[in-house]
Amino acid sequence: MGRLGADLPSMSTITMSSACAQLCLRCRGFLSSMNSSRLYYVQIQHSVRKDKSTKIGEGLLSRGNHTAAQTRLSWKRPTSCYFGITAKYLTTETEESKLGTDIAEYKPALLPTVDVSPCPPNLIPPEDLDANDHCSALEEISDEEAAAISIPPSIPPSSVSLRDYVDKSETLTKLVQLGVSLWKLEQRPNVGSMLLRLDFNRDVAPRLLFLKEIGVEDSRLGYIISHNPFILSESLENLQARVNYLKSRKFSSETVASMVSRAPYLLNFSVKRLDNRLGFYQQQLKLSASNTRNIVARLPRLLCGSLEPVKENLKVCKIELGFKENEIQHIVIAVPKVLTTNKKKLTQIFDFLHNTMKVPHHLITKFPQVLNTKFLRLKERHLFLQYLGKAQYEPNLPSYISLDRLVSLPDEVFCTELALATLEDFYLFQKTL
Amino acid sequence: MRSPAMRMFRSLEGLFCVYKPAGVHWKLVRDTIETNLLKGLNATPALPLPHEVRFLSNDEAGASSGLTLRAASVPILSQHPLVTGPEFQLIKVGVGHRLDVSSSGVLVLSVGKGNRILNDLYRTRTTRDYTLDCEFGTATQDFTHAGRVVERTTYGHITRDKMEKVIAMLEGANQKALRMYSNVDMSSQEAYELAVKGLLGPDGKSVPILTSLRCIRFQPPNFTLEVQCLNETQKYLCKVVHEIGLELRSSAVCKGVRRTRDGQFTLQDALTRHQWTAADVMRAIQQYRSKKKSKKIFRTRTDEVILQTSEEKLTGPEENRDNKEATEAQSS
Repeated sequence: MGRLGADLPSMSTITMSSACAQLCLRCRGFLSSMNSSRLYYVQIQHSVRKDKSTKIGEGLLSRGNHTAAQTRLSWKRPTSCYFGITAKYLTTETEESKLGTDIAEYKPALLPTVDVSPCPPNLIPPEDLDANDHCSALEEISDEEAAAISIPPSIPPSSVSLRDYVDKSETLTKLVQLGVSLWKLEQRPNVGSMLLRLDFNRDVAPRLLFLKEIGVEDSRLGYIISHNPFILSESLENLQARVNYLKSRKFSSETVASMVSRAPYLLNFSVKRLDNRLGFYQQQLKLSASNTRNIVARLPRLLCGSLEPVKENLKVCKIELGFKENEIQHIVIAVPKVLTTNKKKLTQIFDFLHNTMKVPHHLITKFPQVLNTKFLRLKERHLFLQYLGKAQYEPNLPSYISLDRLVSLPDEVFCTELALATLEDFYLFQKTL
Repeated sequence: MRSPAMRMFRSLEGLFCVYKPAGVHWKLVRDTIETNLLKGLNATPALPLPHEVRFLSNDEAGASSGLTLRAASVPILSQHPLVTGPEFQLIKVGVGHRLDVSSSGVLVLSVGKGNRILNDLYRTRTTRDYTLDCEFGTATQDFTHAGRVVERTTYGHITRDKMEKVIAMLEGANQKALRMYSNVDMSSQEAYELAVKGLLGPDGKSVPILTSLRCIRFQPPNFTLEVQCLNETQKYLCKVVHEIGLELRSSAVCKGVRRTRDGQFTLQDALTRHQWTAADVMRAIQQYRSKKKSKKIFRTRTDEVILQTSEEKLTGPEENRDNKEATEAQSS
């Protein structure tokens, strides 16, 4: 009985230390990739002494509950959670494996026994901490081992900003070097966590290479990812299928490249949706195929947005503004932006043009860029010309001023050539309106 | 205080005025100015990124010979502007006396520390100058030419004489209101002294009071009024125009309200739309600051002059007394 009693504490400590060892194996496993075992005894020492193991252990065992960590932090900013990101600078192994998503994978590899219960340090009798003391902090170790000690990274498990992770994460570092605005992306919900979980070599690099192959310039890659980070989570087959569809619709490769550069969300839409939209523009506006290609190439976001505002704008042009079918066609081919402008602004400009400046429909159709300008600019210039007695927009009558020059010229040129007055006079006149 | 952007911001703190165009909400003006100032501030060259020493592993040395670490000075990417965001993301730009959507004119704005000064300025009793462009013959729902027409009348009988009479009557009524709201007993010496200095007036909120009103241009049906007022709103001024029309047995609407002066900020200093950039705003604020400084110097100089003259007056009689004593001593 006594012997058993005497054995029990030593047995418990052995199991205790082995349990701790196993836990710490897991810790090391999570914080660095598959390592040799020589590091572990140092780590065990740390953990038993500092009593950190349970905290890490519990944290790792409760990996499923991201919400618990999140509730602790403020609700204002979305949190990016990390569970074992690759600490590139600090690991000793060359093989970087993406950790955190599949923690279960590592369990059989590292642990000889699967069921490990968290060791409650409260039950360790204090005198036994010193009993099994075959490794001390003052013990001499070889140079190799000294160089191989890696300090666990001091990264918070979850944070509201990507600032805490950017130095340690390879993906984020490379993204910053590309020119991606991480500060804007981290404000969008879930984007920060998604970017953290990406592996550069497996996820990001293939898609960037794909974009390069299509013909997108290197300087635009940062812009594209800043506006559409979800392109990095789209499957390569889908991306390829959509590019193939566009090419089958007889878009040249340079056109496709420029469209993708200017509308970053383009390749996230399914082939069916792209087809739907192209069909809509061709049928509603009764344009030829080449004209449709032309307007879509110049304004690629026509394929990205919803069709309802476009339908409403077309109705406004037809009913409220009173343009005929062929006039609308001509305007849209010249200035496709009219399809996506604000209805109120469109009617305001048209009202001023038609009722105050007395410009007829056919002249507006001839110079459609007038519908694209800022209202105040048009108003001030027209009133200045009216004050000087030069507001004459009929092509047949003398001293005719064409509408496109009226709105597109910069202030100085407008004053000297059209109004024949000085710039200061124009600014003084603006203060009398 | 270290970065160039911070230094630029310090030089941007103060008051300036802007010409608000008609048809634009004052909030849009304030937001545009804020955006332009942010653009200017974030365009300044950023400070270089700090570096830190990190121990990187030497992979080329070969795994078998053991792992060596080399020290390298690496830039801290967590301080990179693409990660932290631009230095300035919000500037406090305050607005003084507001203007309606349909009115135009001088709008006083302030940046940073100037907001406190603007607050005090808003509370002090300053007057504002307006120019009202009006037309006889119609009366509308909201007293402006864009409202629903309620009545049409003739205006052929109106002469300049009758106009002046009505204006004089209105001015008189407003002067009476001014005295009534000034919280001073009209039959006291204090009231007289205040009135002499021109400091008679309401403190804080009161009814809108027109301190002066005159007709600049009279070409029926159009006429233009110039108004100086306190505690007003632009709608009240349109209502005044309507009442003038009624007094003249006709009707009138206001076609345009234009503010030409707000306190000490005049139309001359106002920035037009092409000048709503950070550089021009900085220039306007420097102008305002130098004006304030010169005013202070002027005020201290006049104080010195007053002190000097009062000293002379004091020494004068004393000298006379000495002389008198001297002569008396001599005589005695």
